[in-house]
Amino acid sequence: MNIPLSIANNIHNWLLNIMPAMAVGIIEMALIALAYLTLFAVLGLYLVLMERKVAAWFQLRIGPNRVGFHGLLQTMADALKLVSKELTGTVKADKFLYNLAPYFVIISSLMALAVFPFTKDLQAFDINIGIFFLIAISSVGVIGILLGGWSSNNKFALIGAMRSGVQTISYELSIGLSLLTMILITGSLQLSEIIEVQKNGWLIVQGHIPAIIAFMIYMIAGTAETNRAPFDMVEAESELGAGFHTEYSGMKFAYFFLAEFINMFIIAAIATTVFFGGWLSPFGITQSIPWLGVFWFLAKTFVLVFLMMWFRWTFPRLRVDQLLTLEWKYLLPINLVNIVIMAVIVWLNFTIQF
Amino acid sequence: METTIVNNNFKSEEYFINMGPQHPATHGVLRLLLTIDGEIIKKVEPDLGYIHRSIEKMCERDSYQQIVHLTDRMDYLSSHINNEAVCLTVENALELEVPDRVKVIRTIIGELTRIASHTLWWGVMGMDVGALTTYFYGFRDREMINDIFEETCGARLTMNYNIPGGLMHDVHPNFVKRVKEFITHFRIKLPEYDRLLTGNVIFQKRTKGVGVLTREDAISFGASGPVGRGSNYSCDVRKHHPYSAIDKVTFNEAIKTEGDCFARYQVRIQEMWESMSIIEQLIDKIPEGDYQVPTNAVIKLPKGEFYQKVETARGELGVYIISTGTKNPYRMKFRSPGLSNLSLLNHISIGGKIGDLVATMATLDLVIPDIDR
Repeated sequence: MNIPLSIANNIHNWLLNIMPAMAVGIIEMALIALAYLTLFAVLGLYLVLMERKVAAWFQLRIGPNRVGFHGLLQTMADALKLVSKELTGTVKADKFLYNLAPYFVIISSLMALAVFPFTKDLQAFDINIGIFFLIAISSVGVIGILLGGWSSNNKFALIGAMRSGVQTISYELSIGLSLLTMILITGSLQLSEIIEVQKNGWLIVQGHIPAIIAFMIYMIAGTAETNRAPFDMVEAESELGAGFHTEYSGMKFAYFFLAEFINMFIIAAIATTVFFGGWLSPFGITQSIPWLGVFWFLAKTFVLVFLMMWFRWTFPRLRVDQLLTLEWKYLLPINLVNIVIMAVIVWLNFTIQF
Repeated sequence: METTIVNNNFKSEEYFINMGPQHPATHGVLRLLLTIDGEIIKKVEPDLGYIHRSIEKMCERDSYQQIVHLTDRMDYLSSHINNEAVCLTVENALELEVPDRVKVIRTIIGELTRIASHTLWWGVMGMDVGALTTYFYGFRDREMINDIFEETCGARLTMNYNIPGGLMHDVHPNFVKRVKEFITHFRIKLPEYDRLLTGNVIFQKRTKGVGVLTREDAISFGASGPVGRGSNYSCDVRKHHPYSAIDKVTFNEAIKTEGDCFARYQVRIQEMWESMSIIEQLIDKIPEGDYQVPTNAVIKLPKGEFYQKVETARGELGVYIISTGTKNPYRMKFRSPGLSNLSLLNHISIGGKIGDLVATMATLDLVIPDIDR
């Protein structure tokens, strides 16, 4: 029944028949990398389309509906346009760093994508420090933003970058601590194991009150981490024009935006994995068909993505000092107390399991 | 023209950025020279003149009928009321009594203009604090008023409906029906504004206690309209110097005491309710009669100085004419609400953050051609 895996095995065996094992390894790695790059591009484009459709729905508009069926090819056309655009820049920019910055942002998102278990068998890289890896790699992106803002030689870009630095570094703490709260139940950092534990009930059910608090904090911090409204201090179009990417054009600008949308997916995917049972179906209704896990994983993730879009199109933007107050004076202390509560609950075995 | 920053002694931490003339939050071609320490505003210097068209000078050249059509290019969101201001001044000078029908129609259309302006402002206010969705909700409701105007006078933005002596032509037969439809619609939609933005905790955090203007400062800076009334300064021209048919209706002057951005916001929301009530009181009582009184083809004002003020959506618009008895004014001067409201921006923004400046600017509801005449 395990369709994707059997295809992979067939290809593997076929390649082994015609070339040495080392070459097969290299070719397979290249194929997987290619698959992930494709996934990355397609996901980014369709999240943009989804955002535009959701925005249109909230704003009494129709949204893209001309290119392709219901506008399905709109973002493809946009990407083509962006590729064909001239890459302009400022004269006094630090050219090397300026050109390097988008790659930092995009590579950190791409690397984070590698560890997600889409189903039991569909995972590029199952390491035992999965959560730790995700938290670590997601903080790399901020370097790109800071570099971009700094090297652009534009004051608006600089303010945007500084805001981003302060914001991302602060909210990393909350993300880390809220995930740590859940790690107390699972006792493992490995993503596949975290999901195995949830066969007895999703972690948000197992951990009940502290888990719900952790989830809320995680979603707030995650929205902030991805620089989305109401925490889009970085671009704040009415204040800074465009923020850190003011001086970027064409595809370099698109890289930043692609990364933002992929980051949104990553945040939602982590939440799905840690709180909502990843690829597990509700009450095990499709347990006999493992490859349907992909469907459940994506369904849960996109519900959370929709939630983040809902935030964006209804909330005003916080001010930069209010943003820091929220993190340091409210979320962080609540989080620390929450960890203690969770520890006590796990210690006294008060978790809910079916 | 070279712009210099006078007496601006920078400290080593401070730097200076241009906000505008094409910045999304300046809504037009306003240029603000900001002195900033980190994100904290040290000084705001407006630099005007990017859209200056010397309207006052052009008025000296034109006949009085032509002048009316220049004024709707100033505050294009209150164009009906601007036109009315000039017409009232000319009519006062000529001691011309317009029919009651004209007065009532002028008042209804003036209040519709106010609602249209405030709905646009509300959308933009939301957009400036980061909630883009409000923009579309504001436009949805403004569209209905624009349709009414289009049917009435053929224009949607720069109206030419008021003329000295009355109206260009009578209202469209559908007018009463469509205005009533709009009021019914807007009475349902205005509470939606509160649900989406007013009650939002982030919005309140962004506006409460931000850009505080005291009553004394409001008076000394010449603040008018919702900006003055947000600071507990009763300055509604409609209450203090009634014109047209405004003395035939009862309405409350929207006044708040806090003087911050949220107070100015609430004043405008309440004004929309009051405007609706004014329209409802008048819409069934439009008297029969002529829609204009005959005037000479070339209007000549008697010698002297004439002044008339009206309450536009942004505040007090004064029209001052010096006439030497010829067919055009010797000197014409507009006292526009935007300019005096802009003058206090520096005073209330110092010490705030860039985000606060944007919110404050939004609640001043600046229309740049109104400032740069």
